[in-house]
Amino acid sequence: MLLLIPLLPFIGFLVNASFGRRLTKRVAGAVACGAMILSFVVSVAAVFRLLSFDPESRVMAQTVYEWITSGDLAVPFTLRLDPLSAVMILIVTGIGSLIHVYSTAYMHEERDAEYARYFSYLNLFATFMLVLVLGANFLVLFVGWEGVGLCSYLLIGFWYQKKSASDAGKKAFIVNRIGDFGFVLGVLLTFVRFGTLDFQQVARSLANLGTETTFGTVSVITLLLFVGATGKSAQIPLYVWLPDAMEGPTPVSALIHAATMVTAGVYMIGRNAVLFGHAPLTLKFVAVIGVATAFFAGTIGLVQNDIKRVLAYSTVSQLGYMFLAMGVGAYAAGIFHLYTHAFFKALLFLGSGAVIHALAGEQDLRRMGGLKRDLPVTYWTFLIGAIAISGVPGFAGFFSKDEILAKTFESGHTLLWGVGLLTSLLTAIYMFRVVYLAFHGKPAAAPQPAHPEEEEPAAQAHAHSHLHDAPPAMALVLIVLAAGSVLAGYVGLGGRFEHFLEPSFAPQTAKAAADGGTGMTLMIVSIVVAFAGIGIATYYFLKNCRAAAVMAARFAGLRLVLQNKYYVDEIYDATVVQPIRIVSEDGLWKTIDVRLIDGAVNGVGETVGGASEVLRRVQTGSVRAYAASLLLGVVLVLGYYLWR
Amino acid sequence: MTFPILTSLIVLPIVGAVLLFAIKEDDAHAATIRNVALIVSALVFAETLLLWSRFNAATADFQFVERHAWIPAFGISYFVGVDGISLFLLVLTGLLTPLALLSSWESVHKRLKVFCIFVLLLESAMIGVFVSLDLFLFYVFWDAMLVPMYFLIGIWGYDRRVYAAVKFILYTMAGSVLMLLAILGLAYMHNTANGAYSFDLLRMYALPIPERVQFWFFLAFALAFAIKVPLFPFHTWLPDAHVEAPTAGSVILAGVLLKMGTYGLVRFAFPLFPAAAATFAPWLALLAVVGIIYGALVAMVQPDMKKLVAYSSVSHLGFVVLGIAAMNTQGMQGAVYQMLNHGVSTGGLFLIVGMLSDRRHTRLIAEYGGLKRVVPHLVSAFLLVTLSSIGLPGLNGFVGEFLILLGAFRADPRMAAFAATGVILSATYMLWMFQRVNYGEVTNEANASMPDLSRREWTILVPVVAVAVLMGVLPNIFLRPIEPSVDRMLALTQRSASFRAQAARSPERLALPNRGVAARSPERLALPNRGVAARSPERLALPNRGVAARSSERLALPNRGVAARSPERLALPNRGVAARSPERLALPNRGVAARSPERLALPVRGPAPHSPGSARLSAERRVP
Repeated sequence: MLLLIPLLPFIGFLVNASFGRRLTKRVAGAVACGAMILSFVVSVAAVFRLLSFDPESRVMAQTVYEWITSGDLAVPFTLRLDPLSAVMILIVTGIGSLIHVYSTAYMHEERDAEYARYFSYLNLFATFMLVLVLGANFLVLFVGWEGVGLCSYLLIGFWYQKKSASDAGKKAFIVNRIGDFGFVLGVLLTFVRFGTLDFQQVARSLANLGTETTFGTVSVITLLLFVGATGKSAQIPLYVWLPDAMEGPTPVSALIHAATMVTAGVYMIGRNAVLFGHAPLTLKFVAVIGVATAFFAGTIGLVQNDIKRVLAYSTVSQLGYMFLAMGVGAYAAGIFHLYTHAFFKALLFLGSGAVIHALAGEQDLRRMGGLKRDLPVTYWTFLIGAIAISGVPGFAGFFSKDEILAKTFESGHTLLWGVGLLTSLLTAIYMFRVVYLAFHGKPAAAPQPAHPEEEEPAAQAHAHSHLHDAPPAMALVLIVLAAGSVLAGYVGLGGRFEHFLEPSFAPQTAKAAADGGTGMTLMIVSIVVAFAGIGIATYYFLKNCRAAAVMAARFAGLRLVLQNKYYVDEIYDATVVQPIRIVSEDGLWKTIDVRLIDGAVNGVGETVGGASEVLRRVQTGSVRAYAASLLLGVVLVLGYYLWR
Repeated sequence: MTFPILTSLIVLPIVGAVLLFAIKEDDAHAATIRNVALIVSALVFAETLLLWSRFNAATADFQFVERHAWIPAFGISYFVGVDGISLFLLVLTGLLTPLALLSSWESVHKRLKVFCIFVLLLESAMIGVFVSLDLFLFYVFWDAMLVPMYFLIGIWGYDRRVYAAVKFILYTMAGSVLMLLAILGLAYMHNTANGAYSFDLLRMYALPIPERVQFWFFLAFALAFAIKVPLFPFHTWLPDAHVEAPTAGSVILAGVLLKMGTYGLVRFAFPLFPAAAATFAPWLALLAVVGIIYGALVAMVQPDMKKLVAYSSVSHLGFVVLGIAAMNTQGMQGAVYQMLNHGVSTGGLFLIVGMLSDRRHTRLIAEYGGLKRVVPHLVSAFLLVTLSSIGLPGLNGFVGEFLILLGAFRADPRMAAFAATGVILSATYMLWMFQRVNYGEVTNEANASMPDLSRREWTILVPVVAVAVLMGVLPNIFLRPIEPSVDRMLALTQRSASFRAQAARSPERLALPNRGVAARSPERLALPNRGVAARSPERLALPNRGVAARSSERLALPNRGVAARSPERLALPNRGVAARSPERLALPNRGVAARSPERLALPVRGPAPHSPGSARLSAERRVP
């Protein structure tokens, strides 16, 4: 039964990949969506089955076969469903199905073959993502981990004729590989230390070990694994690929680069909660990186003009929150945020997709405006998403983000809490900036005078006259996700979500709940901050746009730094990429290989050649010369004997 | 008498070559020539599969053994057999040769008949190398293989083919001359010790060789193999040879010939000279890691696709050597597996590059671009082979790389850490090439009308991709038969105490977590070669395994090192002897045998040549 969950989308992939060219769009789309929806149904059935068990024994496993056996290493291909995996498969298949349906409309203008190729990749992605979250050991997880990376690569570069798209895909893959470098070493050390790669067995063998107060083996393992997580989940210093990944089709950004794949790092830490729990030093590091990323990405998000890039930085920032939660040991809160985030961020991306679809590919916020009237469904659903992410009470994001901040405060990390709170202010500001710039104000605002050099929008022709709102398939998905963004948070009321997940994080029993007083105060502070952020955005980007321009002028330097994303890409290029290229080309290849080694080899060759040249002169081929030397030899030999 | 399947494998391509010789060479007969060559090589492949199907995976013994006296005066015999290590190399050879022939279907017109004859002769020699159990016979095949390869590069190659061919042959000869000297030296030593010359590999395994001599012999063998692999800094012949060789030559060169170097390390250099191997293994590992990184970095900046793939081979073969030098089950098993992977994925890459250059007559990356739109099927195959080459889990490369890294990590975590950067670098250079060739707009008009895969090309690529997937998804099909043989080679290699003892002497190593595994499972300590036997008790019942198990007193010997590392064990009464003579710790256990000459006269050494059981000789001899 468990195998069926990833197998169904895989069959969809096989069908579309093999016969896609001969299928009509309708059939290709139906196959892909059907496979996903069936997988969702099976997932729901599996989760219900799981719920019917005792809370303590909620585990289902299926060993498909023995995958790799060598010496004392035995890696079975085992899938295991526990509460944590259950949450993940529901997100992946549920949100995944919705995004498949949305894509049938969004990608409709592609050629038949391209359409099938798109859906085959999307199905393949779902397969690997499900393997990732169901895998019972590190290597099976890694199959999914790398597989989703591959699909991400293929889908970011889906429009491969665009150089920027194929560059972005390649960058995503390579940056992820840098993370994998750490991850693989972490896995190796895990095996060497514990003699197994099975998550349960690792956790079990940790049971009678104390936590590491110093920087010991477990700390090293967890730190290495975390390096992998920073790659996959776009955290400092490896977050650079995610904003570029927006080159892919928007539904892909929603599914892979917001709702599911990028949360794999968070999931992986949750999966190894016991391991990480034994390494408080690593956890502290995780928390710091998480909150730093959240803040850092939030500041960049404030000034980006590409609607998808704002959302991308927002995703990086929200993932930072999840890592903060993991770092302070609030695993359930982190996963809870992962779950609510999947709804509202998918919603926001798909909403932006509807805008882009309506504007024939326009992504620049400065060329939008006043879309509220023409795209009502998109507007209202997008607004709900923005409210949800900002942390307005009653909406999904509020419950989960507030919980993370509260847990951070309770665990005594006041500074981290402060930065987290500040970030939530930023979140509200940048989200409502997008809402106001895109949907309010005058239609098709001209480009800001600050950038006169930019060419006039070619698509000015859209003139907002023939704008039409999202087609039915897209609108339906937006509405469902909007409902989810409102309601998803209520699942967590009364600690039910946390309670459900508890067996997955077993020994890390939840810390005592804060007394009502502190909890209430914290919540009120969060709410005030959320509204303050919305208020600031309303003032600057709706009521008094000139104030925004004045602010921008006053802090022009800072704005430039932020718009250029702190120049991190340029710094990486100058300090890592170029030096490696130059050393490899001029140093290793042209100097060591060609000059030194080959020079030596050819030198030996020439010396030998020179010697043989001398010998060759002797061998003239002239019979007389041979005869003469023969004679000389005879004379010498005779002379020797005579004179002896 | 059973059917001599190995001899038939060696002879079949020669028969094919003779048949070809009888066909008249003109345009009318071109198709006949191609078909005869292809059918013969396909028959060889079928026969290797037959061999595999009849192979007993549960034993480490050499199977299908044939032995006939050849030059009795010098103890030279025609002695062949396969174990799990050579089995799949034979299958690989069988698979790649017909594919290589098919790949040159439309690109080779000049002297077609001779071309086919050389390919078949090359196949015969390669098979001979992998099945030889007599050092002299091995050397004959080893050198015989050079000749057809030399001509393949020199006649059917590209512009600088003569330079490349001469460089190839000089490099290789430089190494193999020293190896010949070492082989003769071994025979001489056998004569001194036993009063008769012998080139029998199994007897050589049991020959006591003083450590100093091992040192020099190991260097001679290792140099020959290192050049063949090629290990940094002996690699510069490879890019030239690959770039100049015709596609078929590149495929066989990368797919099979390079493996002879690593195969030689596993089969000869390490088990024959365990003490020297232990001394040099860390250095080999170091060169391997340098090669991994160096090869990858240089591959990254190559403008020529073939050269890029050639340098990537340097990097990948570095992984193989690293696994061998780790001297543990996962490392060496991963190394053997990676040999096969590299043959499939790099062979596949050369086939694809060949298809592109058949169409456009250039291999420069800059000449291409935007192919995905023009030839989608070819690009899909290209993508799969690329992914297999960069070790994506689910495809073949990953399994080998992971096992090698695990083995290396156990031997020395630093080496594994540096080697693992190869994972990043390989993705970088492969994907960059892939992007420049296949993505973007079609900028070069010449690319716009390229035809997609022909039926012949489908026939070539489908098996490559299928094998890559099979080896990634079901690696155990291959790993199971490989493991006993690898363990046997390891047992021979680890007869030396010095390496392990060294480890014991450096206390900081003891603190490393990987030592901990052994420490925490004391029952394993008692077993040689870590637990493999322990975990599969049924194997203990097998004769070759049994050696270790039956000779319990051996287990007490410190030369296993594991015991050496746990001093409290040394204090136990039965360990007493060893403990009381600490100078023994440093001696290779060969030494023990050396000091008791009467052992050498054990009857087992005697005849019993024709039975597979003779393979057990060396193991039996090790029983004190």
